[in-house]
Amino acid sequence: MSDFPTELKYAKTHEWARDEGDGTITVGITDHAQDQLGDLVFVDLPEEGDSVEAGEDCAVVESVKAASDIYSPASGEIIAVNSVLGESPELVNESAFGDGWLFKVKMSNPAELDNLLDANGYQEVAASEEH
Amino acid sequence: MVLIQEQSRAGRRSSAQAPLQEVEATSIPEQFRRKSRPALPEVSEMQVVRHYTRLSQKNFSIDTHFYPLGSCTMKYNPRGCNSLAMLPGFLGRHPEAPENHSQGFLACMHDLQETLKEVTGMRAVCLSPAAGSQGEFAGVAMIRAYHDARGDTARSEILVPDAAHGTNPASAVMCGYKVREIPTGLDGDMDVEALKQALGPQTAGIMLTNPSTLGVFDRRIGEIAKLVHEAGGLLYYDGANLNAILGKVRPGDMGFDVIHINLHKTFSTPHGGGGPGAGPVGVSARLEPYLPVPMVEKDGTNYRWLTERDRPETIGRLSAFAGNAGILLRAFVYARMIGREGMARVAEYSTLNANYMLKRLQKAGFEAAYPERRATHEFIITLRREARTLGVNTMDYAKRLLDYGFHAPTTYFPLLVPECLLIEPTESEDKETLDAFLEALITIEEEAESDPDLVKGAPHSLPVKRLDDVRAARELDLAWRPGADQEAD
Repeated sequence: MSDFPTELKYAKTHEWARDEGDGTITVGITDHAQDQLGDLVFVDLPEEGDSVEAGEDCAVVESVKAASDIYSPASGEIIAVNSVLGESPELVNESAFGDGWLFKVKMSNPAELDNLLDANGYQEVAASEEH
Repeated sequence: MVLIQEQSRAGRRSSAQAPLQEVEATSIPEQFRRKSRPALPEVSEMQVVRHYTRLSQKNFSIDTHFYPLGSCTMKYNPRGCNSLAMLPGFLGRHPEAPENHSQGFLACMHDLQETLKEVTGMRAVCLSPAAGSQGEFAGVAMIRAYHDARGDTARSEILVPDAAHGTNPASAVMCGYKVREIPTGLDGDMDVEALKQALGPQTAGIMLTNPSTLGVFDRRIGEIAKLVHEAGGLLYYDGANLNAILGKVRPGDMGFDVIHINLHKTFSTPHGGGGPGAGPVGVSARLEPYLPVPMVEKDGTNYRWLTERDRPETIGRLSAFAGNAGILLRAFVYARMIGREGMARVAEYSTLNANYMLKRLQKAGFEAAYPERRATHEFIITLRREARTLGVNTMDYAKRLLDYGFHAPTTYFPLLVPECLLIEPTESEDKETLDAFLEALITIEEEAESDPDLVKGAPHSLPVKRLDDVRAARELDLAWRPGADQEAD
């Protein structure tokens, strides 16, 4: 059974966002998403300094089954990327909400976070895809 | 298995493969001539024969095994098509030979163009795209040329259903379009309400496969065509699943403006190793000026090439000469061999075989992805229950099928259905073969319950066991490396 931590916000497209309280968020893919994708073999991250729009594809994760675009949950500037994933994409499988984070965004419009789902809402999305 | 390079011994040679005479490459400019000898293996003729015979025996192929690879239409490649396409007059014809020396070949190509026009219901056909992907590229490029010629340049989006082959959005992006995804309803048909929301002045067109990759025929295609045309967009037909409707329903009659046909699938030319393919394109009247070149025209009793001179609005050329001539010839022979009635039988038997297999698997307890729908020429079962309760997943079933002497069906595609197998038997197979495959799947289901590790460790009987596909992708072992090309000189 996948984890759905309640302190996080979620996108329907299976990203999570953690509000760091200083106008930045940390972004990754959910435990459910990594479980569906299977073992990751490659992660393509954005560049620090890139500007992104909410809902814009800005990274790619590739597993033995499929390659999936990752959409930024909020608009702003990429201020950090988890470059360790270049060597160790398996961290996303092992710790989707922890060491497997993808990138951090300095938000230009923090109100966009309100458009995201809470843990219950996302759990329903994940469950509906099982059918 | 020893590589042929590893069998090499200095000075050993096979005179059968040696040139008949010494060739002086004086016409090649100095800077393009290689400075060292090519690293070819030095082996005897018998070593070559044994090596490649053994290699071919390690493969699963349509000549040796049932090959129900969904979406790929791995039907029998009739020997008659091969032998006729290999007549000396065809084999020896140089692609630059003048038209008056190529009338036989051109007549065959013209006949194939006419046959494809008629069976798809399109106004004109060009044979030259050398693969389905090239056909798609040509098709979308023609959509673009059409809008551009009308000054209708604000159309920036191509709509693609979420069930589509990945090549569809790729082709649209290659032609400079943005892709918007249209969801599929629970019954497997396109969500027409979502389509209505997505259509607008920015819509350049829609790319559809019908029957879709979900193995069902979209029943609302007439309505979809009307909606897209009303919005000013064009309809692209991906011919991947043409086998199911060949000689029965014509994409042109469904309202499509452009289509590509995979001759290597529907018209039975050999494929499976990545080529060679043939992806002719057909168009409705309004796209006719933009067709690629060359095409073949019948001028009285003579045949001639149509080129850029004859067709100034063409999107251009997609391959050297006219595509894969040998493949086009095989498809031509196939079409003439089975004829109009044979084409309808292709559709009838490929769908009958698929529906027979689906029903038997359902009776045996397998879960159909779209149980309320009739299958087309292929169908999807989902092993999500087995994966959840037994811990044995679709890839394990696929690998175990190899032990039973069957090429596995397509796995994990389409992405919409979890733990899926996409099974396409084609019309070529007899009932005994279908039954043997079904028995194997049913046996594997029993094994998954009684001895899951047996299935999870499969294959057991093949020269290569289960590959570590994660490690293979993470730690690439490639002979090529940057700069290797230069070093070899």
